[in-house]
Amino acid sequence: MKYLRLVLANLLRSKRRTFLTVFSIAVALFLFCTLRTVITSFEAAMRASNATRLVVRHAASLVFPLPLAYRERLAQVPGVTGITYGNWFGGYYQDPKNQFAQFAMDVSTFDALFPECVVSEPEKEAFRAERTACIIGRSLARKYGWKIGDEIPIIGTIFPGEWRFTVRGIYTGATKDVDENTLFFHWDYLDQSLPAGRRSLVGLYWLRIASPDLAPAVSRRVDAIFENSAQPTKTETEKAFQAGFISMLGNVRLLLTIIGSAIVFAILLVTINTMMMAARERTAEIAILKSLGFGDGRILFLVGAEAVLLSLAGGLLGSGLAALVFHESDFTGGGFFPNFRVLPETVVLGLGLALVMGIVSGIVPAIQAARLRVADAIRKVA
Amino acid sequence: MTSANGSLIHLRDVHKVYYRDKLEIPVLQGIDLDVDEGEFLALMGPSGSGKSTLLNLIGGIDLATRGEVQVAGESLSRLSPGRLAAWRARHIGFIFQLYNLIPVLTAQQNVELPLLLTRLSSKERRRRVLFALELVGLQDRAKHFPRQLSGGEEQRVAIARAIVADPTLLVADEPTGDLDARNAGEILTLLQRLNAELKKTILMVTHDPHAAERAHITRHLDKGVLQP
Repeated sequence: MKYLRLVLANLLRSKRRTFLTVFSIAVALFLFCTLRTVITSFEAAMRASNATRLVVRHAASLVFPLPLAYRERLAQVPGVTGITYGNWFGGYYQDPKNQFAQFAMDVSTFDALFPECVVSEPEKEAFRAERTACIIGRSLARKYGWKIGDEIPIIGTIFPGEWRFTVRGIYTGATKDVDENTLFFHWDYLDQSLPAGRRSLVGLYWLRIASPDLAPAVSRRVDAIFENSAQPTKTETEKAFQAGFISMLGNVRLLLTIIGSAIVFAILLVTINTMMMAARERTAEIAILKSLGFGDGRILFLVGAEAVLLSLAGGLLGSGLAALVFHESDFTGGGFFPNFRVLPETVVLGLGLALVMGIVSGIVPAIQAARLRVADAIRKVA
Repeated sequence: MTSANGSLIHLRDVHKVYYRDKLEIPVLQGIDLDVDEGEFLALMGPSGSGKSTLLNLIGGIDLATRGEVQVAGESLSRLSPGRLAAWRARHIGFIFQLYNLIPVLTAQQNVELPLLLTRLSSKERRRRVLFALELVGLQDRAKHFPRQLSGGEEQRVAIARAIVADPTLLVADEPTGDLDARNAGEILTLLQRLNAELKKTILMVTHDPHAAERAHITRHLDKGVLQP
């Protein structure tokens, strides 16, 4: 601690340079935490997937619906203990940039299949009782300031027109990984509002199975039933479905990791340069400290500590800011990244990275300073 | 803390050679020197005569190419870099021509630097720093930064820094070289007081014959050879 004042005094010697270096590290760490959070939010969606839930869709593509008539046959497949269905609505609120997920769901079976969306019994009853009712996630309600009884106009894109829903319930996630940014409404309301040619069609079926071990067998059985029909199916676990959805974007994880690493590496080079410049400017002062009896190890520590403190300050600022911004903003990336929260472990990872940056950027000037020959340095000054 | 013959500084056949590219530059040639504890010795000589190099060898910030350098009972060539640094902290107080204070630290913090290497409490360090500043007459300048001090005041802070850890030997390299006559006189008087009252052994390199007159003994160095 007794050296802290000396380290801080040296860091604040050129306030502008120190600020710019801390700021550049903070920007790099902010971007790193943001990109990392894209990955963790995908992973959260995967974690929230229920191992005893299967998703059935059209074998060709998500955009092709399946007949409602499949419901009875799916329910009879051995191993299936529950079934619900729904359609992706794909609308927005007031402005196309206000995107979030909306699903038209079979209200009578929805809560049995999705117990992780926790709604109080009275709200559940109110939702079931009203054809235009909806339930919304807690984060969504907070973002737009919606409360029970509010009427929400949603502009449909897949199902054109303005659709009005009345909030009758607000659900919370049973775990922190559950998306709280979705609006669920009555599938019947959607179906009955469509022209005759578009009715009785379902985007997705969700099947509940007795045990995760049954998933491969049940999936095979379901797909075999409809294999030669006009609308063949593809059945997979919810987790596989989520993973497939993400993989449509390509190898996102690798791409984001490369971009994040490149940013951090570029800033690392800038920091190394700054630290070397700062140490070089103080060659005479380091020589004086050595003449006073400061040993090589102590000099190494002092110069290294400056670099580490500088990086940690930037890391704390960048990671902390990322956590704060995305906590306060309820950012969902247009509904693409529900639960977009910077996790504590991401902040810790960012700080760890800042620490490594500090050590790497400080090691070369610290070694140079420690190896400095006092007599030579003093002779140059004199 | 003295050598076998009882002197604080004991040099025998000391040579120092610098190498520039493949060129060999002899700076000191066969120096023999003994300085007793409590002495005030002035070392004079023209530029390039090797005065500062000799001072650096005695202060333990450079090593002789050949010969024996014994100071305060230690043979410096036998010490590892770490032990040599610790030895400097314990025995040597440096005073430089250009003061060499750390510009981002106050006078008090500059003077405290050698004490950071000790196990003293912060309270005790502060007490010693204020005492050293009082000795050099700058107790009211403790919170000033070097840029807020005159040249003479800066040198007095540097002297306070040199004496704060109570070293065995003060080595001063042209301590008045950058000062006007009045300030130079004050600094030399201060060094004389430290020698007389605190019994500090002082080795001073100077060009100035008036400065050398303040010392007990003056030795001349010419082309790396100490004159008899």
